[in-house]
Amino acid sequence: MVPALVVRNLSKVYDNGFQALKGIDLTVEQGDFFALLGPNGAGKSTTLGILSGLVQKTSGNAEVMGFDVNTQTFSARRYLGVVPQEFNFNQFEKVGDIVITQAGYFGLTAAQAAPNAEKLLRALDLWEKRDQQARMLSGGMKRRLMIARALVHDPKVLILDEPSAGVDIELRRSMWTFMQQLNRAGTTIILTTHYLEEAEQLCRNIAIINHGEIVQATSTRKLLSQLSTETFILDLNSTVAADFSLAGFECRKVADDCIEVVVEKGQSINQIFTLLTQQGIEVRSMRTKSNRLEELFVDLVRGANA
Amino acid sequence: MSPVRIQWVAFLTIVTKEIRRFTRIWQQTLLPPAITMTLYFVIFGQLIGSRIGQMGGVDYISFIVPGLIMMSVITNAYANVSSSFFSNKFQRSIEELMVAPVHPGTILLGYVCGGIARGVGVGIIVTLLSLYFTDLQIHNLLVIVLVILLSATLFSLGGFINAIFASKFDDISIVPTFVITPLTYLGGVFYSINLLSEFWQSVSLFNPILYMVNTFRYGILGVSDVNIGFSLAMLVFFIVVLAAYSLWLLRRGVGMRQ
Repeated sequence: MVPALVVRNLSKVYDNGFQALKGIDLTVEQGDFFALLGPNGAGKSTTLGILSGLVQKTSGNAEVMGFDVNTQTFSARRYLGVVPQEFNFNQFEKVGDIVITQAGYFGLTAAQAAPNAEKLLRALDLWEKRDQQARMLSGGMKRRLMIARALVHDPKVLILDEPSAGVDIELRRSMWTFMQQLNRAGTTIILTTHYLEEAEQLCRNIAIINHGEIVQATSTRKLLSQLSTETFILDLNSTVAADFSLAGFECRKVADDCIEVVVEKGQSINQIFTLLTQQGIEVRSMRTKSNRLEELFVDLVRGANA
Repeated sequence: MSPVRIQWVAFLTIVTKEIRRFTRIWQQTLLPPAITMTLYFVIFGQLIGSRIGQMGGVDYISFIVPGLIMMSVITNAYANVSSSFFSNKFQRSIEELMVAPVHPGTILLGYVCGGIARGVGVGIIVTLLSLYFTDLQIHNLLVIVLVILLSATLFSLGGFINAIFASKFDDISIVPTFVITPLTYLGGVFYSINLLSEFWQSVSLFNPILYMVNTFRYGILGVSDVNIGFSLAMLVFFIVVLAAYSLWLLRRGVGMRQ
């Protein structure tokens, strides 16, 4: 089975001399849920732009489903659906027309596209808005409209450039569910995001890009296993003394009934509970101090910048 | 799905979208030329025209009607493509086409046909209005159809190139204001170039719009200041040149692809 995406030695130098990509290599297998992470200006959108035909590469190769995006452009594009970062539809067109028109660009007549367009608009809660001009939609609806538009021709590979930017938590989670269903149905999904929690929850594989270079490209699990420590916050049922400590753990009192415990690789969380129970303290709730991937991301990007 | 079918459906989609656009905003696209041309017919045709008498062997109003119809066709064909394509660039909705398997030739043909549709549509509206003021005859239907379609095509291509290079809305009004309008007014819409001195007659022969207006006038009245075969050949030549240039710009993604 050909990979959904292969990028080899891909470079991009913009007209102003800025080198956005410095010969990156990437492979995304079919059926994967893949995240391309990186700080602003790292080269994420440039990479996706080259794949989707919106940015001209300087050198290297990129293939979608085995088709070169430059020499076999039309074949490659047939397999691709693109959700860009910025709204890029005619604000004065009706919602339904935008989706049906996009299907037309992929060779589907309005009659052929109508059932899939309806299915997508219903799934994304836009069916009732189909006769409204796009400019009347809220920001979240506009983002969902771009997802419906990108999927109307049933692409094998879906590219999402920061799909949840500016979207509220509830909507973000419903979008995650939708994308997971889509991925389970066989669509390869490649996304960039600033919400690392999103990447950690959704993606099986992750590449981290910084200054136009791939810093890491591996599975989410392997990436997280690189974490040497993890900090937990524990809410307690009783108060603790100012000099409170847990043998073998770095520990800090946050509030009278709240402590912060650093767990190093190889240490067990059970041990914390045992020690607390021995002191007659019960744990009401527990959470990680920060997103695990976020910690790792910051370490990796900082390391690459050093 | 065969690549040819994809291109065919994509072409029809672009044309449908373009027609839907200019009919949706008919107050800005279809109504203004109807009002302007009616005023021309009333003021220049009836009020002033009745005192002028004949021009080129026919009543003055009969003389100016073909020119005014042609003027409507070319300005509207140009405006449709330049404003629509630039608006798509401005709103970035052109990216919908750029990520799809649509050939640059299909994109160009779709937009040009949209321009032709509006140009011809407005031409028909103006023609129908002119019938209230004068009787129109048809001297050569083939010439009429040919010159209208070729002129609308040529100016649609011009509008397309203008939109590709435009970076702000002002840029799409510069050519119509400073090039097309003066050339149209000096292109024999309101007068026969035989009224001019020999020097200005020679200068007028460098104005491409003169050939379109006169060829169309020939199709209706059977009178012309220029050679019809030469006019049509020149139109075809310039269409080929501008179409080739437009395709080259599209393939390179000028003004669209980073």
